[in-house]
Amino acid sequence: MPVITLQLVIFITVAALAIASALGMLFSRNTVYSALLLVFNFTTVAFLYFMMGAPFIGLAQITVYAGAIMVLFLFVIMLLGTEQIARIEQLSAQSVAAVLLGLVIITEAVVVFLLRNPTSLVVTSGGDVVSVNEIGGLLYSQYLLPFEITSFILLVAVVGAIILTKQEKPAGKAVEGEVKK
Amino acid sequence: MNTIPMSYYLVLSAVMFTLGAIGVIIRRNPLVMFMSLELMFNAANLTFVAFSNAFGNANGQIFVFFVMVVAAAEVAVGLALIVAIFRTRHSIDIDLMNTLKN
Repeated sequence: MPVITLQLVIFITVAALAIASALGMLFSRNTVYSALLLVFNFTTVAFLYFMMGAPFIGLAQITVYAGAIMVLFLFVIMLLGTEQIARIEQLSAQSVAAVLLGLVIITEAVVVFLLRNPTSLVVTSGGDVVSVNEIGGLLYSQYLLPFEITSFILLVAVVGAIILTKQEKPAGKAVEGEVKK
Repeated sequence: MNTIPMSYYLVLSAVMFTLGAIGVIIRRNPLVMFMSLELMFNAANLTFVAFSNAFGNANGQIFVFFVMVVAAAEVAVGLALIVAIFRTRHSIDIDLMNTLKN
């Protein structure tokens, strides 16, 4: 066991908050609360990224995940008006099995990573920081092709989202809007 | 020394990933299922950054960047699908989504 340091106390507090908010997200009846708890979870993980000296990833986590993606989620939740679960979710046998198997995996992870086979690797907090400069250099040299492919993925996603949500006009009523002009 | 054992990060990541997997299985609301998917992506990202820090190598952070891009694209398409299905079925119950046509 390592000595109790301030870093360790901070890590354990933040990890507990992350797990608690994830649990709250899972078992909240109201979808809006789920989304907000997930935003909190993303923020705690971003805090861990900052602790590990990854400021670019931490900021991207906050802007992309907690900002853009979760706002999109909240927007769709409000648009569809499905905040409340209408009916009782009736999957008790499956739920119980899922929770039990999940507990088995968590126990397994604790046993393997902490008790049986602890690695000697350590994560340094407050050490060297991977600068945005370094990440940009890697992105535009070694990972240039994947980086270009991500732009294509985003383009396909945007076009796909537009096509999927486009209102199909009924053939006979297509002129109705034009008549008003 | 300001160090935290790698095992702690791995356990935290494993717990978050498992919670996400449980969420996908037990919740019937596709929006919450998507959020659980995001939680699983996040757990994987945490491991990437932790190993990136432990080995002093920035490549792990590049992978996190790519995971974020793919997750954003996946969420955009997935939410568009949910909206399209809601428009035709007036319900987003995952058990009713059993047909590809109409």
